[in-house]
Amino acid sequence: MFKIVRYSFQDLLRSRWSYVYFAFYLLLGFVMLFLNHDLAKGVITLMNVIIILVPLIATIFGVMYYYSSREFTALLLAQPIRRSRIFLGQYLGVAGSLSLSLVLGLGLPFVLYGLFRSPAIWDFVLLLVTGVFLNLIFTALAFLVALSNDNRIKGFGYAVLLWLFLAVVYDGIFLLSLILFEEYPLDSFALGATLLNPIDLSRTLILLKLDISALLGYTGAVFKAFFGTSLGMLVSLGVLGLWTAAPVAALVRKARHKDF
Amino acid sequence: MKPLTLLLFLLCLPGPARAQVLEVCASCPLPTVAAGLEQAAPYDTVWVRSGVYRESGLRIEKPLTLMGEAGAVIDGEHQGEIMQVASDSVSVLGLHLRNVGVSYTQDHAALRVIKSKYFRLENLKLEGLFFGIYLEKSSQGQVCNNQILGDAKEEFNSGNGIQLWYCQDVEVSGNTVHRVRDGIYLEFSDRIQIAGNISSGNVRYGLHFMFSNHDTYTNNLFEDNGAGVAVMFSKDIEMVGNTFRKNWGTASFGLLLKEINDARIAGNRFEENTVGISIEGSNRIEYLNNDFRANGWAIKVRGACYTNLFSGNNFMHNSFDVSYNSKVNDNRFEGNYWSAYSGYDLDRNGYGDVPHRPVKLFSYIVNRTPETLVLLRSPFMDLIDFSERVSPVFTPDNLLDPEPLIRPRP
Repeated sequence: MFKIVRYSFQDLLRSRWSYVYFAFYLLLGFVMLFLNHDLAKGVITLMNVIIILVPLIATIFGVMYYYSSREFTALLLAQPIRRSRIFLGQYLGVAGSLSLSLVLGLGLPFVLYGLFRSPAIWDFVLLLVTGVFLNLIFTALAFLVALSNDNRIKGFGYAVLLWLFLAVVYDGIFLLSLILFEEYPLDSFALGATLLNPIDLSRTLILLKLDISALLGYTGAVFKAFFGTSLGMLVSLGVLGLWTAAPVAALVRKARHKDF
Repeated sequence: MKPLTLLLFLLCLPGPARAQVLEVCASCPLPTVAAGLEQAAPYDTVWVRSGVYRESGLRIEKPLTLMGEAGAVIDGEHQGEIMQVASDSVSVLGLHLRNVGVSYTQDHAALRVIKSKYFRLENLKLEGLFFGIYLEKSSQGQVCNNQILGDAKEEFNSGNGIQLWYCQDVEVSGNTVHRVRDGIYLEFSDRIQIAGNISSGNVRYGLHFMFSNHDTYTNNLFEDNGAGVAVMFSKDIEMVGNTFRKNWGTASFGLLLKEINDARIAGNRFEENTVGISIEGSNRIEYLNNDFRANGWAIKVRGACYTNLFSGNNFMHNSFDVSYNSKVNDNRFEGNYWSAYSGYDLDRNGYGDVPHRPVKLFSYIVNRTPETLVLLRSPFMDLIDFSERVSPVFTPDNLLDPEPLIRPRP
């Protein structure tokens, strides 16, 4: 399996896409810190980038990689290697290289601007951790979509739709339902709906660090237990873990039964 | 002849020149503080040597100075009030008072000053409290550099650290108040100067004003209080250079203004509070050069607030800068710095060329349906806020800062 991970990884390095991705984050980090020297503010701006762009790039990258390496996959399938190993290997190669670009690309500028001497370091680390999680989740989802659709155009379409739904549309429906049912006690529902979307979940995780003073302004025992204690952080991280495991498991299952 | 008359005159003078020092200690002729106070003539000094004196219900009825050596402790053993001052010109210095009796019918204090003038309470240490220092109908005194450490847990069975009731012209400065109900409480007290105090970890308010006018508070620190600082039903208050920090909770504010008119709030810092300033029914207030940093809501306007001016303030990284619950606006925002401002400054005069609208539509939605707070910083919300900013429908369209600062005021 590690051979396949290594191969996918090197393949991506050769294709220069990881470098582009890395350079993009590097530029983003430097420009942002150049425009305002405040690390704390940089972290907030970065959050917006991470919860929108990281899933998008992971989705597109994942689908693209799967389709372009289909012949090679077919070749591997002819070898005496277990299917789960092949697909897991490719998946980890892509997700790993994306995560590495993200961590290095954003990490370098912040370290150069004195991250280690700044109190924002834990916020930043949390941001990178959620970024890596989002990479893992959305690459897995992209592989899953691509695996289910042999038609490239369809596969691309579904994957981008999935991203659009989770990143923007979901929140719109969420907001509407909160306003429509405002007469009912909604705090459990609001927290539940947050947990069901990995992008919302990552946002909440970062809010716990950045906007805790606002979040505690809401009068509700459930909110208070969730946001006011370390429970919120633990539950969010745990569910993010589940969100990573579930599509990967589905991916392995799908790969095992697929007729190539 | 002249010097002789002067000498005779001086000899006839009573007062401090002839005052005695009476020593109180366990092995002295005066073994108790009560005996010392009894024996003392007006303008004497009672000098309490180090040791624990188990006394309560002490009463000072003549002008004198009561001084404690380091380590002089008066332990009230939870028997009601420890000491009362009922005379003008009394100084109580350097004593350590502890264990006041808790009562549900009477406000027992460690030290109560009743209808007296020119009092001085300095370097006292109060512990095991119900009420700490209670000034009633007194004036022209000083309460300086005292340490008041309570152990309050609930509002109903705890008292206030420093309470002023119908007092005038009192200076309260350099005190540290921790874990009582209200750190400093003013009721019907005018022209009080409150400066350089630290009031933290209190169950209710760090500082609480009721019906008190023409008061000034400067350079105080209010941190981690149950509900922050409340200024209610008062006129002409000056609030300058104070710091309000980390007042977190559903009913917690850095500063709560209710029915306050003609006040000036300048150069204060509001950091990491759930609500920086909550304003209700307050008019003609000037908010100048304050710093609002990382609060949930920097300013929450709840209605009936007219002719207020916000100028030269820094609004940095608050979840919501300004929140309104109505469509009417009669307040002016001028030349503030907003970290959320996205305009430009082409003529390089330091002011942005396009106006800034500080009220987000999202803050309206949160007012209406509080649960939507979980959608804070969601890209979908940013989209809605953006469209509202371009063409305001729900927010007052004249609520804007026409010339926002490009750089924060240092």
